[in-house]
This record gives sequence, C-alpha cells and structure tokens, in this order.
Amino acid sequence: MPKPEEARYTKTHEWIHLGAEASVGISDHAQHEMGDVVFVELPKVGQKLEKEKPCAVVESVKSAFDIYSPVSGEVTAINDAVTGEPALLNQSPLDNGWLFKMKPSNPAEGETLMNWAAYQDFVKQAAH
Amino acid sequence: MSTATEIRRTTLNETMRKAGGKMVDFHGWELPIEFSGILKEHEAVRKSAGIFDVSHMGQVFVTGADAFKLLQRINANDLRKATPGKGVYSHVTNENAGLVDDIIAFCLAPDRYLVIVNATTSTKDYEWFKSQAVKMHVKIENKSDDFSMVAIQGPNVPKMFELFAPEALKLPRFGIVEKDIFGQHCYISRTGYTGEDGFEITAPHSIITQVWEKMMELGKPYDIVPCGLGCRDTLRLESGYLLYGQDVDDFHTTYETGYGWVVALDKGDFIGRSILADQKANGVKRRLTGLTLTGGVPRPGCKIFMDGKQVGELNSATYSPTLKKGIGVGYVVPPGLKPGTPLEVEIRGRRVKAEVSQMPFHKGTAFSKNIYTGK
Repeated sequence: MPKPEEARYTKTHEWIHLGAEASVGISDHAQHEMGDVVFVELPKVGQKLEKEKPCAVVESVKSAFDIYSPVSGEVTAINDAVTGEPALLNQSPLDNGWLFKMKPSNPAEGETLMNWAAYQDFVKQAAH
Repeated sequence: MSTATEIRRTTLNETMRKAGGKMVDFHGWELPIEFSGILKEHEAVRKSAGIFDVSHMGQVFVTGADAFKLLQRINANDLRKATPGKGVYSHVTNENAGLVDDIIAFCLAPDRYLVIVNATTSTKDYEWFKSQAVKMHVKIENKSDDFSMVAIQGPNVPKMFELFAPEALKLPRFGIVEKDIFGQHCYISRTGYTGEDGFEITAPHSIITQVWEKMMELGKPYDIVPCGLGCRDTLRLESGYLLYGQDVDDFHTTYETGYGWVVALDKGDFIGRSILADQKANGVKRRLTGLTLTGGVPRPGCKIFMDGKQVGELNSATYSPTLKKGIGVGYVVPPGLKPGTPLEVEIRGRRVKAEVSQMPFHKGTAFSKNIYTGK
C-alpha cells in the first residue's frame, strides 16, 4: 500500500504520487468531508490535463465535487474499479481508490506541491 | 464566516456534537448533516431504527370554541378526519390556492389542536392563522420556542416502545397521545418524514436530553443510530414527501404538487377552494413529476428535457440509497406524463437519460399501513 507520506498534495485535496507515470487520487481528509461517494466521472485515457483545471467529478450523496489535476500532463490509465464501486474512494482513498494515472509534461510542477507534513498543517489550519 | 442573524441551536446541540454530528447551518439552525454517514443512517432507518433531532419544527396551539372552524377554513384537507387523538396531513392555502405551509393538525380535544408547522414558516403561519381568526372565539399560540422534538423512525421502533409507551403502540398512523414523560407533559405521535413506521415525541426542552438518551438505550438491541439532515432528505424524497420552500411554496397549488388527495372540495368553503375546484375540473398546467435516472446524480436546478425541448427543472434531486440511482422531482409542462416516459436531465452540461417514475419512489413501512393517504 502506498504511504501517504510519499505523496504530494494540492490545496484542493488531491494527492499525486510523482514519477514518470504519476497516480492521482483524493486525500483521506477529502473523502471524509465529502461523505459517501456514489458516483465518479473520470477523464479519458489520452486526455491532456492542465494543472489546477477540473478533470474529474466525484459525487457524494450530499454534493458534487470537481477534481483538479495536480499537474499538467496526459492521462495514461483510469481506475475502472472506482466507477463501478465508488465507495472505494471512502474505503481506500490512497490505494484502491486511486482515480487515474498520468504522464506529467513538466516534472518540476510536482515539486512545488505540498508534502505530507505541509498538507497536514494546511488541513489543520483550514479547520479553524 | 459571519451571518446576518445569529445561528439558533437546539437543546440537543451538545448531545449531537458528542455523538459525532457534522454540524451545518440549515436555514438558520445549526443541525447535524450526518453522523456515521448518510448511506448507513438511511439504511438503519429503512431496516431497523434511527433517531433525529427535529427540534427546529414548530408547534402552534389552536384552542377555543372556534378552533375547528378556523382550521377548517384555512386548510385544504377536511379537519373532520382529525377526531380527538388523530391528526391529518394538510395544506394551508392562501387566496390563490398557493401553500402557506404543509402541516399536520392534531386534534387533542374537540376545542384543542396542536399544529406542527415547518421551521422556516412558523412565524408566517402564526401570523396567517391570526389574520384569518378575526371575530372567532379562538386562542392561537406559537409555542415553537417552548418545545423540542425527536423523531424515532424505522420498522423496529414500535418494539422499542413496548414498555416505554404501550399506549403509543395502539396509535394508528397520524394518531397522537398525551403522556407524562420524566414528569413533563409530552406528545407522542405516530408520524414522521421518512416513510417508515415510527414516532415523534414533542417535549419541553428540560427533559429532551433524557428522552434522547432513553431512546438510544431502548434502541440498542436494534442498533439504533443518530441520524442527520442528509438521510432525512434522501428518506423523504424516496417517499415522495414535499419539502416546503423547495418543492412547494406560496405560488404552487396542491393539485400541482400531485397531492390531490389532500384537497377536500366537498367539505364546504375554505380559502382557495374556488381555484382548486377549477383546477380539479380543468386540470393543471404543470405538475410535480418524479423521475429516475442512471449515470449521474441529479441535483436541484438541473434542467429536464423531453424530445430535446426543456420541459422543467428539478426542485429536489439526489442519489437514492434504496434504488441505487438518481431520483428527483420537478414541475413539468405538460403535466400527466405516464411512468416510463423517456426524459433527459442535464448534469454539468451533459444530457443524461431519465424516465418518469411512479410516486412515491419507494414505499416504506409507513405506506404498508395504508393510512398515510387516508385510503
């Protein structure tokens, strides 16, 4: 299981495991705030994504949430399991609940994102 | 964030927080949206038992020689159905037959009624009742600030009441009994907003925490869970119940909502009757229509299309945990579409296939008792 400490985080609560093929999902904090996830709409393989632009939608019973791409790049794989079983996002947001994989076009973009410790602080501050 | 008016908290606020409630601002009231999760809470109510703090709801007492006369004049339903110990679900109508509110009027005695009104409309209702009572021998008291209320809902709830309140078990749907609980005068009614069997307890603030704790204790064998506004909404929408202010208001009539069974045209005159009689004879131009869809979750405000043309928009819409698909209601022109009629709903700019549904979407145990509709 990927460790949360190894991922980078956005202010909009996505995580990204950086690499030649980076995987993307939502943080545990995000799934907790959303509540029960019942529908997921993913980008298509081959789709070009722009950093901080909406690229997927997660719907809980309560509301719809846009998912923003942490970096720019091209989608290389999507997790069909979560479209069939959206509850995976609640059960396993960092592992089985990953959303898609992408090839970053500018690897330096990822380095500017928050690390685990910074994200923890960010979540704590947002709670106040 | 600052709000114009100070947020109101129920007496159970602290209890809700301790139970893990995620608190939100609901029309000026701080109430829990969920505890353990909307799906889990929804399922608990459908299959066993759940408990809600509904203290934001209002209580208006109407007493005196003309209490019946006043209520009969301002309601579309026939208050003669509310014999002592019984209530009726009704629509309070204005001169244009729009809804001032949807309410339950309980007859406690021939000259004493308890009217349960919506939180957002309690002051408006009180003023309206008074304005219609000119020259009548009637006392109207808005006691909304004096009472708390909990709803205990689910098929196993009657079992919880076997020793606690055996008299409540004899109640028919919409029945009410007055009872001292923890030394205070309370009201237990066989009502709710979930579509399941169950009770609502209206009690003074001083004992409501004790009542809540007692219910949690009695419900333990049935895995009772505290429930929030989130599942209250999914449960009521599956049951086809109206949400005042969202599905209906001063500008929509009872026939337009599809609740024609509430209108008792034969009871004699009442406010808005002539317009309702005309709508009964000639039909309505728009009608609240239920629809289901797969491939997305519809939300209030989503546009509804038929044969490529917009025919309405959704007033209430959500994911149905019971049906495991999207459901919604919206006013559609033309009215009277048959179940199965294909429609489309626009979700984030994309048209998703939908179809007209029978109402309600789901019939819980409250419906199997066959009392809700009065048939």
